[in-house]
Amino acid sequence: MLGLNKKDSTLLLIVAAMVLLAPFILNPFPADSAMAQFNAGYPDLMQRFVIFGIFAIGFNILFGLTGYLSFGHAAFLGVGSYSAVWMFKLLSMNVIPAILLAVLVSGVFALVIGFVSLRRTGIYFSILTLAFAQMSFNLAYSVLTPITNGETGLQLTLDDPRILGVSATADGGIPVTSLFGMEMRSTFTLDAGAWLFQFNTGYYFCGAVLLLAFYLAIRIFRSPFGLMLRAIKSNRTRMNYTGLNTKPYALAAFVISGMYAGLAGGLMASMDPLAGAERMQWTASGEVVLMTILGGAGTLIGPVLGAGFIKYFENIFSKINEGVLHQWFAFLPDGMENGVVWVVEHFVGPGWHLTLGLLFMLVVTFLPGGLVEGGQRIARLFRRKSTEPQDGATQSHPAE
Amino acid sequence: MTKNILTRRGVLKTGAGVGATLAVPTLFTGAAWAGYMNEPMGASVTLGFNVPQTGPYADEGADELRAYQLAVEHLNGEGDGGMLQTFSSKVLEGNGILGKKVEYVTGDTQTKSDAARASAKSMIEKDGAIMITGGSSSGVAVAVQGLCQEAGVIFMAGLTHSNDTTGKDKKANGFRHFFNAYMSGAALAPVLAAQYGTDRKAYHLTADYTWGWTQEESIVAATEALGWETVNTVKTPLAQTDFSSYIAPVLNSGADVLVLNHYGGNMVNSLTNAVQFGLREKMANGKQFEIVVPLFSRLMARGAGENIKGILGSTNWHWSLTDEGTKAFVKSFGTKYGFPPSQAAHTCYVQTLLYADAAQRAGSFNPCAIAEALEGYEFDGLGNGPTLYRAEDHQCFKDVLVVRGKENPTSEFDLLEVVEVTPRAQVEYAPDHPMFAGGALGSCNPGA
Repeated sequence: MLGLNKKDSTLLLIVAAMVLLAPFILNPFPADSAMAQFNAGYPDLMQRFVIFGIFAIGFNILFGLTGYLSFGHAAFLGVGSYSAVWMFKLLSMNVIPAILLAVLVSGVFALVIGFVSLRRTGIYFSILTLAFAQMSFNLAYSVLTPITNGETGLQLTLDDPRILGVSATADGGIPVTSLFGMEMRSTFTLDAGAWLFQFNTGYYFCGAVLLLAFYLAIRIFRSPFGLMLRAIKSNRTRMNYTGLNTKPYALAAFVISGMYAGLAGGLMASMDPLAGAERMQWTASGEVVLMTILGGAGTLIGPVLGAGFIKYFENIFSKINEGVLHQWFAFLPDGMENGVVWVVEHFVGPGWHLTLGLLFMLVVTFLPGGLVEGGQRIARLFRRKSTEPQDGATQSHPAE
Repeated sequence: MTKNILTRRGVLKTGAGVGATLAVPTLFTGAAWAGYMNEPMGASVTLGFNVPQTGPYADEGADELRAYQLAVEHLNGEGDGGMLQTFSSKVLEGNGILGKKVEYVTGDTQTKSDAARASAKSMIEKDGAIMITGGSSSGVAVAVQGLCQEAGVIFMAGLTHSNDTTGKDKKANGFRHFFNAYMSGAALAPVLAAQYGTDRKAYHLTADYTWGWTQEESIVAATEALGWETVNTVKTPLAQTDFSSYIAPVLNSGADVLVLNHYGGNMVNSLTNAVQFGLREKMANGKQFEIVVPLFSRLMARGAGENIKGILGSTNWHWSLTDEGTKAFVKSFGTKYGFPPSQAAHTCYVQTLLYADAAQRAGSFNPCAIAEALEGYEFDGLGNGPTLYRAEDHQCFKDVLVVRGKENPTSEFDLLEVVEVTPRAQVEYAPDHPMFAGGALGSCNPGA
């Protein structure tokens, strides 16, 4: 289907199903139960899952295929957001031109930064990208304040021109982002007994873009170009000795992955029209590295899983506070309850970084291939039981 | 190995299904909202407390959260009632708001606009919060205020000092109780002139972002109006930890006052560097060299330790005030947590009470009704004397405290002494003052 082999088509269909059914999958607990705390099926977080999924897929095209570890990818995300917000300010609230400009501008940025950074490899490359990203961050934070609005972040105002739209709506508010009239924020709530399922236009738009991005990534992975990138990863020096100039290939991969980041940035601004400088900070670049490694670098689905994992922790675990813990452990005797709450509260709420750090260590130590490897191991466990006598079929292939 | 065989028919079917499902959400455009956003239907109402729990302002965030929890207790009729007894409005009865029990959810802003907005959005979309409050940085406050305006809930700003929050970035759904940089300047300048004379030459070191700039602008304007001269203004990067290279030029600049427009850890470091360079013992232009820190907080004073002694600054509120409201609040906060509250805690506590009171008076949680109840509202008994919530820009006007680092602190909390309580009239300004111009409130958004 669509030029994919059977295995890849299945993967694409699985991802499509996951995206479509996310409002159900992520809301397994009834709305007023104690477990509702762990529901993640609300529009903002679902959008974030998908957007950071796109960001991580793009990063993986560079890191997973060529092995070049960029520590500056957040810069492209930020550039994408700023371009998109400027489009909303100047042109119209339609998300299409905003996203196109975001991809374009971040592509140009990636070309310039990549051209310089790719003169070196390994750690030097990483440091160069980090330096460029920090430079962009500082420019956005203070030097270029007229364009970026500095620390406060670029926001829409009532007196923006918006040539093809309106500066303010009839009732004096700022217009909202839309796709040809479909408002990105509009949500349909399905009331199914104890469950509440939210279907958000913006989320489904992001989901459609994710599927496109995912499909494109599969094609790149399977193409001769992708093979060339893998060759660079396994032995760049040998490639050079055979008389092949690897730099254009690496640069192309860098620009593509920069454009993916720009796309994610543009989508982020389309869902929530604000662009802040901290989107470009080195911690944000580090986050996408974590997502990719956690999910499984070099695999197709891994980065998406990693992105979901980290965003889930950031948004769900950070909101469990002391009061909630006391509710959970209320069945224990008083002294014990306080003890348990005291221990647990260091791992949730403000301490969510700690839990994430521990899990990251466990994954990297025991599952070097990331969550995807975990999935493979489980799958193999089941498969071995059912097809014990046949040998050879259980050979593990990377789930790319 | 794989069992599912893809037939042309199967693919077409799936494709059609996918297409149909993608089209479905477009049928329901915004029809889901009626009345106003997150109208509380049950026996309780949910407030969202969005404070920094990690990052540079985590200390302040923790104190803000304590204050919020205390406010919720008092609103629900638990504890000793705190400022509810001294508040000039008596409509709150200790049975929640409009008879609904107050519940709350918390979130971590990480002092980043993005994270703060994500956290606020999850409170609104997932937990059904009817009001968002908090923040310990102007950037975050402005970002979250914008979000609340779009989403259609009320935003009660926490600690945010930049002029922009109720200036060029003001919003109809956003309200600020805390004072701002202009007020700091207006309150501080006369005291500076009285203490240090009117012929001083000032040198500014300013944190290089929006809050720093508005504060520098405000202080320069206020001091120059009293005859001071500004020798130089230098921007320092926010991430700077060693200010030696910025302090050295001050020595030979001919200035005799150093103004540090820094906050939090920045201020602690720059002040320490300045003291190490012997600026406080130095004589310049035949006068004693002085250092001024326009925005003070007790938590910063604790970080700066010895160096803060004798240095002038301004603050929104201090726990050593002796009015009834302050005494009641300090007592109930101290009883619960064992130490006095910070100014951040105070402003957050007060904002929660003001919101509850406005809802009670309006008889509704509709953001537009609440905004109307808060606009132009005069109240007293909340620790700052008679206060006005101005309708034009949703900024509170009240007395401002000029404080000095105490020479002989009696405890680790007793670090500041109040030099002067600057009356409200002196810090007032027109809504269209140039430092605040360029924005518009717009109209209130109930999210429907």
